[in-house]
Amino acid sequence: MLSTNDERWVTVRVSPLAAALTALAAVLLVPPLLSSGDSDSTGVRGLRVLVPNSPGGGYDITARTAAKSIEDSGLSSGIEVFNLPGAGGTVGLGRLVNERGNDKLIMSMGLGVVGSVYTNKSPSSLADTTPIAKLIEEPDIVVVAKGSPYTDLAGLITAWKANPGAVPVGGGSSPGGPDHLAPMLMAKAVGLAPRDVNYVPFDGGGELLASVLGGKVAFGVSGIGEYRDQIQAGELRVLAVTSGKRIPGVDAPTLQESGVDVDFTNWRGIVAPPGITDTARDRLVKLLTDLHGSGAWQEALRRNGWTDAFETGPAFGRFLAAENARVADVLRELGLA
Amino acid sequence: MESFDLLMSGFGTALTPTHLMLAAIGVLLGTFIGVLPGIGPAMAVALLLPVTYGLEPTGAFIMFAGIYYGGMFGGSTTSILLNTPGESAAVVAAIEGNPMARKGRGSQALAAAAIGHFAGGLIGTTLLVLLAPTVASLAVGIGAPDYFAIMVLAFIAVTSVLGTSRVRGFAALLIGLVIGLVGLDEMTGQQRLTFGSLQLADGIDVVIVAVGLFAVGESLWVALHLRRRPAEPIPVGRAWLGRDDLRRSWKPWLRGPLIGFPFGALPAGGAEIPTFLSYAVEKRLAKDKSEFGHGAIEGVAGPEATASASAAGTLVSMLTLGLPTTAVAAVMLAAFQQYGIQPGPLLFEREPTLVWGLIASLFVGTVLLLVLNLPLAPVWAKLLKIPRPYLYAGILFFAAVGAYAVSGQVADLLVLFVIGVIGLAMRRYGLPVLPAVLGVILGPAAEQQMRRALQLSDGSLTGLVNTPFSIVVYAVVALVLLWPVVNTLRKRRAARV
Repeated sequence: MLSTNDERWVTVRVSPLAAALTALAAVLLVPPLLSSGDSDSTGVRGLRVLVPNSPGGGYDITARTAAKSIEDSGLSSGIEVFNLPGAGGTVGLGRLVNERGNDKLIMSMGLGVVGSVYTNKSPSSLADTTPIAKLIEEPDIVVVAKGSPYTDLAGLITAWKANPGAVPVGGGSSPGGPDHLAPMLMAKAVGLAPRDVNYVPFDGGGELLASVLGGKVAFGVSGIGEYRDQIQAGELRVLAVTSGKRIPGVDAPTLQESGVDVDFTNWRGIVAPPGITDTARDRLVKLLTDLHGSGAWQEALRRNGWTDAFETGPAFGRFLAAENARVADVLRELGLA
Repeated sequence: MESFDLLMSGFGTALTPTHLMLAAIGVLLGTFIGVLPGIGPAMAVALLLPVTYGLEPTGAFIMFAGIYYGGMFGGSTTSILLNTPGESAAVVAAIEGNPMARKGRGSQALAAAAIGHFAGGLIGTTLLVLLAPTVASLAVGIGAPDYFAIMVLAFIAVTSVLGTSRVRGFAALLIGLVIGLVGLDEMTGQQRLTFGSLQLADGIDVVIVAVGLFAVGESLWVALHLRRRPAEPIPVGRAWLGRDDLRRSWKPWLRGPLIGFPFGALPAGGAEIPTFLSYAVEKRLAKDKSEFGHGAIEGVAGPEATASASAAGTLVSMLTLGLPTTAVAAVMLAAFQQYGIQPGPLLFEREPTLVWGLIASLFVGTVLLLVLNLPLAPVWAKLLKIPRPYLYAGILFFAAVGAYAVSGQVADLLVLFVIGVIGLAMRRYGLPVLPAVLGVILGPAAEQQMRRALQLSDGSLTGLVNTPFSIVVYAVVALVLLWPVVNTLRKRRAARV
C-alpha cells in the first residue's frame, strides 16, 4: 500500500484522468445499457445488427431506425446495433461471412456493397450470405442548376454524346457506388462507352450539391435525399429520375419515358451469415415482415422520405444475383472487375 | 434588423433552464470526450446520437452544438499538455502549446486556447448571423481550381514548420505524403499501397497518424531515455495569463476567426488547413520569431481561435445549403433528417425556432466553454505532475483505446503502433513530425482537387487557373516566394549605394 501522503497525492493528481476514464466508460457503456431488455414475442432475442459503414451513414440510419421500430412495436428486444466500417462495407461483409451459422447476427447493407466487393477485390461476396429482406429503395435523380443550358434530358444527352469529355458528370459515390453506376448505365443505353464518361466523384451527395449549384459539373447524379429542399426552392432542375416510376412531388419524367432504357434505384436491405438453419432464416424473415407491417416502421419510412420496397427470402436472393450481374458487367468494362 | 429580433427570440429558446442544462452537459461531455485521443467531436456526436432520441429536436441540437465546441476544445487540451492531438484540427496547437507546457506554462497555453475558442466562437457565430446567406452563395462559387490554389499556398506555408534543417523537414513531409497515398484511389477505384489488405483500403485516418507520430512516438522516445535522465515531473508555473501574454495574444485571437470562418463555410474547407495557415501567419507577423518552436503563445492563440470560427462557418453551409463540410456536420445532418427536418435554403423560414435557438445556443455554448474551462486550465495542467512512467503509460493506453474506438478493429492498433515506431525513428534521426502530419492532411486533398479540376476542364491545364479566385491566390503565392529574393536584391543595391 501507498503511504497516506502518497495516496492523497495520487488521488488529487489523477482526478482529471479518472474523469476522462469515467467519460469513456459512459460513452462505451451507456448505449448498450439503454438498449437492454428481456421480453420478446418472435423467438429472436439479443439480435446484433452489423453496420458496415460509420455512424450517421445510410446503412447506419436504416439499421438504427429498424431496430428502434422493432423494439417500439414489441417485436423483439435487446437489439444491439454496432458499426464495423471499412472498404465500402466489405470489411463488415468479411466479418459476417466468417460468422457462419450465427443466427443472432444480421447486417444492414445496400447496392454500394455490391460494387465495393469488386473495387476492393474483397475475398467474400454477397453470394456467400443468406438474403433476408430488401427494405427500402431510393431513386437517383439527374439534376442540373437552374441556370444550366440543359432544360431537358434530350438536350443533355445530345451534348453528352457529341463530346463526353466536355460534359463532366458528378456523383456522390466513388467508382462502383450507386451514383457512379447510374450514369454509366445511362451511357451504355445511349451508346456511349462507359470508359469515355468523364465521371467526377465527390465525397457524398452534399459535396456534390455545391458543385451542381455552382455549375462546376455539367450535371449531377445522386440520391434525392439531400436535394429535396433545393428542388423545392427552385435552385435545382431535375431532368429525370432513374427509377421505373416517377417520384411523387418531383416534376420530372423517368429515364425510360425520356427514351433512355435504364431502370435503376439504390436500395438497402438485410442479409445474414451463411450456413444458418432454414428455421433460423424463416424466423428472421418473419421478424422483418412483422417490422414491415408495423406502424412505427411505416411512420419512419414517411419521416425519412424512403420508398418502401419490401421483398424477402428467395425473391430478394434472385434480386441480389441480378444486381450483382449488372454491376459486374459495368465495372468489367471499366477495368474494375 | 429582422434577424436581430429572431436571434433575441432564439435566446429565449436557448436560455430556458432545460436547454441551458443540455448545453452545459454537451460542453462538458464534448470536452471530456475530445480529450481522448482518436475520439473527436464527430465520433462524440455520433455516439451520443441515440441518447438524444428522447429529446425534442431543439434540445438535441443545442446539446450537439455544445458537444461540438466542447470537443474541439478538449482536443486541444491533450494536444497542448501531452503532445497528443485529440483530433486533426488540434494538431497545430501542439507545435507551440506543448513546448509551453514543458516550460511550466501549461495553464497559460490552455487559457490562451480557451479564450481563443471563446473569441473564435463568438466572432464566428456573429459572422454566421450576419453573413450566412451571402457566404453560402459565395461558397458555392468556389470550385476545384480554387481549392487547389489554396492547397499550393498551404504547401508553401509548410516551409515555416520545417524546422532547422530543410532536408529533414522535406523528408518528413514526404513520409507524410506517402502515408497519405495509402488506400483506394477516389477517382479510379484502383488500390494504392494497400498490399491487398481490406483494412487499408480506406486509407489511414489522419487522427491515427497524428496520435501515432506524436503520442506513441513520444512515449517510446521518453521510455528510451528515462533511465538516463532524472524522471522529474514538469514544473507547473503560475496559473494565469500575464500582461505580456495578453499583449501578445489579443491580435491572434481576433485574426484567427477571420481565417477560420470562410474556410469552415467552404464545401471542402474543414478546420485543418486554416488552423495551419493561421499558425504560418502568426509566425510571419510576430515581432520576435525566435520564440516560435519553443513555446510562442501567439502560435496557440491564433490557431485555436481559427478552429472554433471554422466550426461556426461549417454551420453556415449546413443550415443554408444542407451541405455538411465536416464529419460532425455530416452526423448532425443525419440527425436533422432523423427528426424529419431537411436543412436547406428553406430551413430558416420553415423552422425559425429551431435554427435561431441553435444559433443562440452557440453563443451560450461559447460562454459556457470559457466559464467552465478557464478555471479548469490549472487543474488540467496539473496532469503533468504525474510521474512520467505513469503519465506516458496513460497516454499509450488512451492512444490505443482511441485508435481502437474509431472503428473497433485490431488492424488500426497495428497501424497505430507501426506509425508510432516510425515516429520514434524520426525523433532518433532528428526529423520533425509535424510536416509528416501536414503531408497526410494536405497530400490527398491537393491531389483530389487538382485531378478534379483537370477532369472538369477535360484535361486542359488552363482548368487550374480559370477562375479569378485561383489567380489571386497564385499571385499571393508568387509574392510570398519572390519577397525574399526582392528583399535581398534591394539590400544589395542599398549596400552598393
